[in-house]
Amino acid sequence: MTLQLDAKVPPGAIEDKWDNHKFSVRLVNPANKRKFKILIVGTGLAGASAAASLAELGYDVEVFTFHDSPRRAHSIAAQGGINAAKNYKNDGDSVYRLFYDTVKGGDYRSREANVYRLAHESLNIIDQATAQGVPFAREYGGLLDNRSFGGAQVARTFYARGQTGQQLLLGAYQAMARQVAAGTVKLHTRSEMLDIVVKEGRAVGIVARDLISGAITNHSGHAVVLATGGYSNVFFLSTNAMACNASAIWRAHRKGAGFANPSFTQIHPTCIPASDEFQSKLTLMSESLRNDGRIWVPSRIGDDRPASQIPKEERDYFLERMYPAFGNLVPRDVASRAVKRIVDEGKGVGPLRNGVYLDFHDAIEREGRQVIQERYENLFEMYQRITDEDPYEVPMRIYPAPHYTMGGLWVDYNLMTTIPGLYAIGEANFSDHGANRLGASALMQGLADGYFILPTTIGDYLAGFLGQPPVPTDDTAFGDAGQEVRDRVDRFMSTRGSRTVDWFHKELGKIMLEYCGMSRSEPGLNKALSEIPALYEEFKTDVRILGTAGGLNQTLERAGRVEDFFELAQAMCVDALHREESCGGHFREESQTEEGEALRWDDDFAHVAVWEWTGDPAKPELNKEPLTFEAVNLSTRSYK
Amino acid sequence: MNVTLQIWRQEGPDVPGSFKTYEVAGISEEMSFLEVLDVLNERLVTQGEEPVAFDHDCREGICGSCGVMIDGQAHGPQLGTATCQLHMRKFESGSTITVEPWRAAGFPLVKDLVVDRSSFDRIIEAGGYITVDTGSAPDANLTPVPKPAADIAFDAAACIGCGACVAACPNSAANLFTAAKISHLNLLPQGQAERWARTENMVEVMEEYFGSCTNHGECEKACPKSISIDFIAIMNADYLKAKVKNRRLVAQ
Repeated sequence: MTLQLDAKVPPGAIEDKWDNHKFSVRLVNPANKRKFKILIVGTGLAGASAAASLAELGYDVEVFTFHDSPRRAHSIAAQGGINAAKNYKNDGDSVYRLFYDTVKGGDYRSREANVYRLAHESLNIIDQATAQGVPFAREYGGLLDNRSFGGAQVARTFYARGQTGQQLLLGAYQAMARQVAAGTVKLHTRSEMLDIVVKEGRAVGIVARDLISGAITNHSGHAVVLATGGYSNVFFLSTNAMACNASAIWRAHRKGAGFANPSFTQIHPTCIPASDEFQSKLTLMSESLRNDGRIWVPSRIGDDRPASQIPKEERDYFLERMYPAFGNLVPRDVASRAVKRIVDEGKGVGPLRNGVYLDFHDAIEREGRQVIQERYENLFEMYQRITDEDPYEVPMRIYPAPHYTMGGLWVDYNLMTTIPGLYAIGEANFSDHGANRLGASALMQGLADGYFILPTTIGDYLAGFLGQPPVPTDDTAFGDAGQEVRDRVDRFMSTRGSRTVDWFHKELGKIMLEYCGMSRSEPGLNKALSEIPALYEEFKTDVRILGTAGGLNQTLERAGRVEDFFELAQAMCVDALHREESCGGHFREESQTEEGEALRWDDDFAHVAVWEWTGDPAKPELNKEPLTFEAVNLSTRSYK
Repeated sequence: MNVTLQIWRQEGPDVPGSFKTYEVAGISEEMSFLEVLDVLNERLVTQGEEPVAFDHDCREGICGSCGVMIDGQAHGPQLGTATCQLHMRKFESGSTITVEPWRAAGFPLVKDLVVDRSSFDRIIEAGGYITVDTGSAPDANLTPVPKPAADIAFDAAACIGCGACVAACPNSAANLFTAAKISHLNLLPQGQAERWARTENMVEVMEEYFGSCTNHGECEKACPKSISIDFIAIMNADYLKAKVKNRRLVAQ
């Protein structure tokens, strides 16, 4: 163990820690803030909100995105909502309850102090977004409406039809656009970070490639913030956008940033099942649909009658049967495993028998078509466009798909990685969701990190560098990193093999889904760890990239991302192998209860597994941050 | 099914382009239009021809990255649908499909089907926001917003910034895009303080890049979110008022 894993959790009672910390951190006075340059990579909820907030404070901010516009970041596709402990519904919600639900939902594998702070800041996010003009759903009296989400028995989810992520991202994007116009944020679009630059152990800049001209350029700053999202695309088929990738955090990992719990991935229960071999991605159907939709399959295997002709008593509403207290609103990991079990038993529906029904018939009968339409119209339309079936008439078919990654770069309470000066925010870090994220909590975390937490904590680091200009971009540290990037691009362009980048990506995805997906076992993981390096070797010698590196080359862009997935995939399998318990989304077949539920081993695994790069992707070094629970008692999760 | 694609290929903005014809056989009607381009590109790479460059990302019709002219229609034949959500069951097997990039002076061509839409970001930077520094917001329920106003504001806010409205317009006008953002913010109580400055500034930046609206209505038809051209009327009314109000506000 060589990483310094001091989480820097402040002293005091859980509800006082954040206030104590805000008082104890060093400040930078307003006139000095403009002397500090901060580089932010990524413009999703976390990146855009951080860029806007840091620029408002007076810092000199530069932002990088590989998209043509910051508004394209994949936060835009989040559908269902954002949690906040406002208790507007008077149903017994509180900051403490949101904190408790999140720690429990994460199966007790998150850091208590961070989660409490997240729950606390949830209140401010809703205020901020509303003031920006985010058009949240409203009641007839003009006040904000809420709905329920999985893993909670209160209605605390704020939403904007099925496009909550879009509206929140546009709010943050617009706040950042205001700063671009004011000259306090410099925006680099179609510019992909390919490496971070470390000098004397500190992050001092990045190397980026202009995707249009192919130029590789150096950028220097006092601090670097990675807001580059998650890595579900390691599975190839996932609900992530096509370009989502792990390269920024993986390159940081290779430069010394610890990678925490890489095997903690979330498989979302309600996605549209794959229809053919050409499928390029899977589409999520929001968890909010489980408020009104009932999940079922025919009780009898091989019952091929249309759904409408199967009488109620011949249907198995299996979530309601197995988990009467939470019913269709059990957390995602629990729902996904139940669906997989049912389909594995042969009870799947649809032409490929690879889904279960999500049925709105009862809700439409109870509430009327108008009400259901108002709640879910755009989701129903999307479903119909993709499947050519009308969910008002026939039940949706759904099946789990990779969706979110709880693992990510290890960060302390200040959101700083193990490389001083390098921060990770939003899905890119590991901090708040433990082994399973609850619905409507990703938007909350991205915005809490970007609007409220990072702008407070980053000053503590920067204050130590007053009077020091950023490292010049012609420093040898930049020269070395830039050369590595150029060599890598040259290596790709000169390989001239026979197979496409996507072919390798699909093959890697199949291995990962089979052995490191919804259920994992020691023999399976060992098999993956022998197959992945073999495929990776083939990739290195047989990938074919046409065109030139001196201009727009989308295949070249993908090659770098897929190569990083090859290395990350191995870390995921190593981590899954290390964690012999089952917890949250991580299900080890060897560790289950008699009823097939996840069985945790708190004595051996109540820790964050933080992996350190050694040069061999299959042999990272393990470091542990022990997790202690003072405010919440460790107990077995039950949703029955 | 089998289709023939006539695709516009152009190495860069400074070299002339031309249509190239590709036969794509053995595809399924369950595939999306972009998945057909994926299949074509896989085959092109295998044959040693550089793949077709096109923008795309979420493939759920929300990020606004994708968008091409399909047989002369922005995003193709299906109403209210982005290119990524268009499926091959909307086409006949054996048909020839023409695929071109957005054509507008405000969207300079980058390569093949990729264009530069950063002019849209410039319009937003001119005033497409509500000034509220982080931390300074009052409680969210302090200001009730009548549900009908909130709903209409949302209809406008649904814009994904894909640029189909500009591509479909005979004048390459960006009025629907600009009007959607102006209306979203101007219809809400939170947006009133900057209403008139926002309107004047955004409209004038829009006019630097794009043509003028002559009420053809093609934009509404092409819009993957079916945003109504009524919002253009709201923008025009506010622009007219802004010309007076922005001068008087100083004296108020």
